[in-house]
Amino acid sequence: MSPDLVQPALVLSLALFAIGALGVFLRRNIITVFMCVELMLNAVNLAFIAFSRARGTLDGQVLVFFVLTVAAAEAAVGLAIIIALQRGRDTLDVDAFDLLKW
Amino acid sequence: MVSGVLEDRVLMVLPFMVLLLPLAGFVVLCLFGDAIRRHGESRGAGILACVTVLTSFVLSAWSVVRLLGLVGGRDGLRFSQPYLGFEWMEAGGFRVPASLLVDALSGVMILVVTGVGGLIHVYSLGYMAHDEDNVRYFSYLNLFTFFMLLLVLGGNLPVMFVGWEGVGLCSYLLIGFWFKKQSASDAGKKAFIVNRIGDAGLILGMILAYHAFGSLDLVEIADNAGSLAPEALGELGVVTAVCLLLFVGACGKSAQIPLHVWLPDAMEGPTPVSALIHAATMVTAGVYMVARLAPLFVLSETAMLVVAAIGAATALMAATIALVQTDIKRVLAYSTVSQLGYMFLACGVGAFGVAVFHLFTHAFFKALLFLGSGSVIHALSGEQDMRRMGGLRRFIPWTFWTFLVGTLAIAGIFPLAGFFSKDAILAGALGRHGNVLFAVGLVTALLTAFYMARLLFMTFFGRYWGAEPHVHESPWSMLGPLVILAVGSAVGGFVDIPHFVQPVFRLPEHAEGHHFWLPWVASLTAVLGIAAAYYLYVVYTEVPARVAGSLGGLYRVLVRKYGFDDLFNWIARRGVVQGSRDVLWAGLDTAVIDAAVNGTGTAFRALSRGARTLQTGLVRGYALVMLGGAVALVSYLLWAR
Amino acid sequence: MTAILFYVFAALAVGSALVVVGQRNPIYSAFGLIVTLCALSAIFGLLGSPFIAVLQVVVYAGAIMVLFLFVLMLLGVGAEDRKSGRTLKTVAAVLAAALALEMGAVLVGAAPAPVASFDASTRAVAHVLFSAPYLYVFEATSILILAALVGSIVLARRDP
Repeated sequence: MSPDLVQPALVLSLALFAIGALGVFLRRNIITVFMCVELMLNAVNLAFIAFSRARGTLDGQVLVFFVLTVAAAEAAVGLAIIIALQRGRDTLDVDAFDLLKW
Repeated sequence: MVSGVLEDRVLMVLPFMVLLLPLAGFVVLCLFGDAIRRHGESRGAGILACVTVLTSFVLSAWSVVRLLGLVGGRDGLRFSQPYLGFEWMEAGGFRVPASLLVDALSGVMILVVTGVGGLIHVYSLGYMAHDEDNVRYFSYLNLFTFFMLLLVLGGNLPVMFVGWEGVGLCSYLLIGFWFKKQSASDAGKKAFIVNRIGDAGLILGMILAYHAFGSLDLVEIADNAGSLAPEALGELGVVTAVCLLLFVGACGKSAQIPLHVWLPDAMEGPTPVSALIHAATMVTAGVYMVARLAPLFVLSETAMLVVAAIGAATALMAATIALVQTDIKRVLAYSTVSQLGYMFLACGVGAFGVAVFHLFTHAFFKALLFLGSGSVIHALSGEQDMRRMGGLRRFIPWTFWTFLVGTLAIAGIFPLAGFFSKDAILAGALGRHGNVLFAVGLVTALLTAFYMARLLFMTFFGRYWGAEPHVHESPWSMLGPLVILAVGSAVGGFVDIPHFVQPVFRLPEHAEGHHFWLPWVASLTAVLGIAAAYYLYVVYTEVPARVAGSLGGLYRVLVRKYGFDDLFNWIARRGVVQGSRDVLWAGLDTAVIDAAVNGTGTAFRALSRGARTLQTGLVRGYALVMLGGAVALVSYLLWAR
Repeated sequence: MTAILFYVFAALAVGSALVVVGQRNPIYSAFGLIVTLCALSAIFGLLGSPFIAVLQVVVYAGAIMVLFLFVLMLLGVGAEDRKSGRTLKTVAAVLAAALALEMGAVLVGAAPAPVASFDASTRAVAHVLFSAPYLYVFEATSILILAALVGSIVLARRDP
């Protein structure tokens, strides 16, 4: 019937997660790093949906609903923090916030 | 508790009263002494102290009378063991009851302590009248009396030891009474420390005794001693070990070689203290203890020989040192050491009753001599050097005559007390160990007569060399005791102490061969000594200085007291102080322990300095580590399981 | 048909993800992310979850990314974005690859064959969502949002 899209979806989820993880380390702008984190979250969402499709239950989708909500809240708070940081240091370079150094 | 066949309720209570009256005196003086003084009665403290001790004397006499009333056991042994009703120490099978022992030996001792002690208390009323601190003085005197009574009345070794330590403490307090004077407080410390060294031996002896005999009760030890095997000369068994250890304690307390060094220095204390503690009572505690444990000592030939040898050696050595002393109290101090040596000599040859007899007579005439010297010092307002005395018999006749009695008594002139006791000691030493001990005893007797006569002549005869304008006789509070003691020194020899106390030792009384020539030889020796002193110090007074000059080396040895003080000083300074400072402090403490402790700290600091570089503060670094950790975890879950 | 669509959108998603990671200018990264989100939304729909697909576009692409763009504009972020050190890049790449491989070993072949069809309509989802235990989580989430609301206002406030 409908082709098995679950396996490819999982592979896609994996690829997006890996790319997101790479981005967290390679980018120096905080906001860009944040966006890569959101990318990773979306990859996880995809995995949930795929498994939900595979098992035929709706729990996966409900979980995605929640992940979505939490991601939104997290984004709001995180960006507020970034704004505060930028006001303090006048830069958005990740490496500039090293006050917890030895 | 057990008593000599018949139980005597009075005798159960009386000894406790004898004991506790001086203690009560001490407590009252501590609490109210200053109040008594302030309310006008400046002598109130002293009078209270005298009352307690004299009342104790009366009760002691009463106790002895009742003791005589008891029906005796075998060999006439009579005793009572009053029990306070509680166990002082109890741990498992080890029990030490708070009990006393009243028998002939302790009876004699308490009479001496309270009797002579009481007289000395009365004497102190006069002697210490000008001292502002006399409340403290009399409280210490009472406390001392309590501890001494506890020592001689103690029914078991630990209780006796409490008294033993207590008199040591009071000795320290009283020697260093004028503590603001450096030499006095040093002397007090010296006395206590040397005593402590002896006490170490005593404690070890007690522990070994308990381990070996299973009991520390004096009656039990004496009773069971008969069932132990005697140990021959050179054999180091348990009994010998116990006796030797206990004798170390006796050496410390009774100033025998090599622990005698504290007694001459102890003369820094007030003269009545010297009379009480260092003549009549405390120093005799060692003799009392050896006599008390006589049944044990006779089992060990080695211990007996050691006791006799050290006693004889000490007697001779101290007598030689007394020859060159110029301080009146020092001569008497060395004389005390010498006479104590005589007592131990008597113990060592098995004549324990004679030793106690000499203790008894010595208490009288030595206290008399010390109090007499105190009277002289008081007359001269503090002068103690005999070279600044002389011809005093015209100024202070009462002191002179009583002092003369004491001198003749100690020299052993018939019929005074010293003659009988010294004669008995020499008789006991005769025939044993090749007569060496006898010879030493005889030579010492000669020297004793000589230096005592020297003291008498230098002080009371000839010209007065001092500068004191008002040489006055002492008040009757001081002269009264002198007279009483003089009477005691005169007639005390007729009291048959040896037979009275003999049952306590549980020894078969062997018939002494009666040597008719001995009293004559002894008396001749004494007269010889006195005559020699007369010629050297009254007639040809320039001779002593020339003799000292020509025998320079020997003289210096005597003046330096055979170097004992120097030896101990060297041990203390090089051994203890330097050893501690340079070896233990620098080497061990600083280099090893401090290094270890500091090193641990340094090591940790270095470690943390290395570790904290992990905290770079860079977020990405942390994230990387987290990722690495996640990878590791997943790997583990995938493949390591 | 669906398969082709899926692979098209998949390729789109991966491509724009690479844009997110690779672009210098953060604004361009943000746009890339929006494209990724929309592609994913399409994939959600293909996998039979219309509700989530719509939610994805409305919430994620519509609200969150707009928020991102607001902040980017507010902070006036320019095009500069210096590069990282070589070691960091290598280590990160290695680790990411390792992670991907491991997860691949787990995920591929792990899921069972899909059920023929299942009812994933909004009504069905609502049924599951508003019954225990997800109901409690739902209520708790509202408090979470309240906290986030207050928090973000406080944190970003300029001190008077």
